[in-house]
Amino acid sequence: MNIVYDLFHLSLISAVPLLVVAIGAMISERSGVVNIALEGLMLMGAFIGIAVIKTLEDSGTSMSIQWILLIGIIVGGVVGGVFALLHAYAAISMKSNQIISATALNLFAPAFAIFTARTIQNGQQIPFTSVFKMSEIPLLSKIPFIGDLFFKDIFLSFYVGIFILIFVYFFIYKTRFGLRLRSCGENPHAADSLGINIYKMRYIAVCLSGVLAGMGGVMFVTSTSTEFNASVAGYGFLALAVLIFGNWKPFRIMFAALFFGFMRTIAAAHGMIPFLENLRIPGEFYNMIPYITTLIVLSFASRKSQAPKAAGQVYDQGRR
Amino acid sequence: MNSNETKPKHPLLEKIEPSLIAVACGLLVGLVVMMIFNIQESFAGFFTMLVGAFNQGSRSIGNMFYMATPIILTGLSVGFAFKTGLFNIGAAGQMVIGAYTAIHIGVLWNLPAPLHWIIAILCGTLAGAIWGLIPGVLKALSNVNEVVATIMMNFIGMYLVMYMIKANVLNPLDSRSLNVQSTALLPTWGLDKIFPGSAINIGIIVALLAVVVIHIILNKTTLGYQLKATGYNKEGSTYAGINTKRNIIISMSIAGALAGLAGALYYLKLGNHLTTSSGLLPQGFDGISVALLGLSEPIGALIAGLFLSYIRQGGFYMQLYDFKPEIIDIIISTIIYFSALAVVLQTVFHKQIKKMKEKKRKTPNEEEVSS
Repeated sequence: MNIVYDLFHLSLISAVPLLVVAIGAMISERSGVVNIALEGLMLMGAFIGIAVIKTLEDSGTSMSIQWILLIGIIVGGVVGGVFALLHAYAAISMKSNQIISATALNLFAPAFAIFTARTIQNGQQIPFTSVFKMSEIPLLSKIPFIGDLFFKDIFLSFYVGIFILIFVYFFIYKTRFGLRLRSCGENPHAADSLGINIYKMRYIAVCLSGVLAGMGGVMFVTSTSTEFNASVAGYGFLALAVLIFGNWKPFRIMFAALFFGFMRTIAAAHGMIPFLENLRIPGEFYNMIPYITTLIVLSFASRKSQAPKAAGQVYDQGRR
Repeated sequence: MNSNETKPKHPLLEKIEPSLIAVACGLLVGLVVMMIFNIQESFAGFFTMLVGAFNQGSRSIGNMFYMATPIILTGLSVGFAFKTGLFNIGAAGQMVIGAYTAIHIGVLWNLPAPLHWIIAILCGTLAGAIWGLIPGVLKALSNVNEVVATIMMNFIGMYLVMYMIKANVLNPLDSRSLNVQSTALLPTWGLDKIFPGSAINIGIIVALLAVVVIHIILNKTTLGYQLKATGYNKEGSTYAGINTKRNIIISMSIAGALAGLAGALYYLKLGNHLTTSSGLLPQGFDGISVALLGLSEPIGALIAGLFLSYIRQGGFYMQLYDFKPEIIDIIISTIIYFSALAVVLQTVFHKQIKKMKEKKRKTPNEEEVSS
């Protein structure tokens, strides 16, 4: 029982960054712009966000650890949003190939992070010392079962992630703006004829996806590591798989993220589980699990996928 | 003067102009970044980057060819798939699988000299093809996004190879693969006489052959025509009777084979080892840059691969001026970003010029000629 609880708890923790980034990707694709730059956006957000966290730590501020983390996440989001504007400009204003411009960002981000870090501090790693895990939330942790699961040994990121999920759900499905945004991804010409500014909507969507990806980057590094090492381990692409598996819908994305989080937990913590430990399978094979399951899951999920119809297509007002 | 203006530009120049614009913009951004970090030495560093590849004469040039070999091939791989409308970012995984297979055969099999390396190369190529085939099949049969699938195959390949090295060909002292037998090393065929002291071997010749073969496949065969048609318009080609599913699988397999070949050629070399802790091979991602820079054309991949290798050599020497070599990756990614914009920039540029000319002339029958 204890193991099951631990596994589920760890899955929650590793699912949150995936959830946030995949939600970001959903906003972008729902508006009609494919964003495979997530990896680069996460990396940029994580780079600057962690650098800010480290600076705050070193300055000996009296701020509490959770405030530092929150500031780091917000900074990561801002950086991601600004960086995403480059993709938006290429994909929307310049009508260029969305895959190529996104790939350029993916290649740029690690190069920039390594170059800058090495130039400034003689080493590409940015370590931070704080432990951001909260051991207990007073009062709420006393609730039986739920208290153990959601309010003990948990990261602030978890609550931020849940808040983002609910907020984005209402934003996309319950507001006029959300309806307009979705129409841009399904039939931009019809939306345009109703007076919606496609370019503006898409800019906002891509920028938001950058914000969420940047925040997700900081969340990923602070909850899985003690340093930033110019990589987010393919999480940006996993988030893309989560988006497809989640069929471009917020709550299905949440379950998809949980599933992938669970797979990653198995990969990382197989030694914890006596049954798996006894099988004596080499660790490398456990590490492959998240990626292999992604392929298997996608091969089932992709057949009846409901991608936004205009995703990836350049919008040209003059074309009908 | 009049005839000079209406004459169409040379088609080749028209085609490579966007790339040249992109390269110029990328270099400019690189220079600006260097000036931000260290303004005093920025120009000296920049100059070193541009000509540093000739620092040691023919030795440097030989090394440039050697380093260009794998990235020309991964560039061909990505470009070839791109022609079929597929984005293969799995070259890193296909390459590492090809590399391991070649090393496995090179270390463990006992064969006479020419046969040994030839079989090692062929099997490496085949292994890469299989690694490309899997996402191809997934794409063709279940419509799995090939970007995600190839990235996943990268990680699977990486972990698989880490395990296989430990299980079969481990040199425990350095936690890396054992040296391949001398019979499996690529020969030099006198190239080392032309470029003394360099690491060059016949890998570059094989790469050149691959460029020619891929060029012929794409431009002179029915298969190539069908592949390109699938890339231009999938529904249209299906309607025209082309088996697009089969073509997607073939295209990904050939792309994988090219990347596998890159791995085999690069690692059948004294002093090159796969390690048990290495991440994804950087040449796989350089392949994306090379392909995009080379406009997905085989000849383009050759030129872009040489260019990237050249500028990386220069970037190595740039460390004399305390610039980290990653500036090269910043420049390359900027070039790719601008190459995405460049086609549009070019048309905007030309339209602007045309407009200005028309305003100047204001003769009505001139408009008919230009349109």
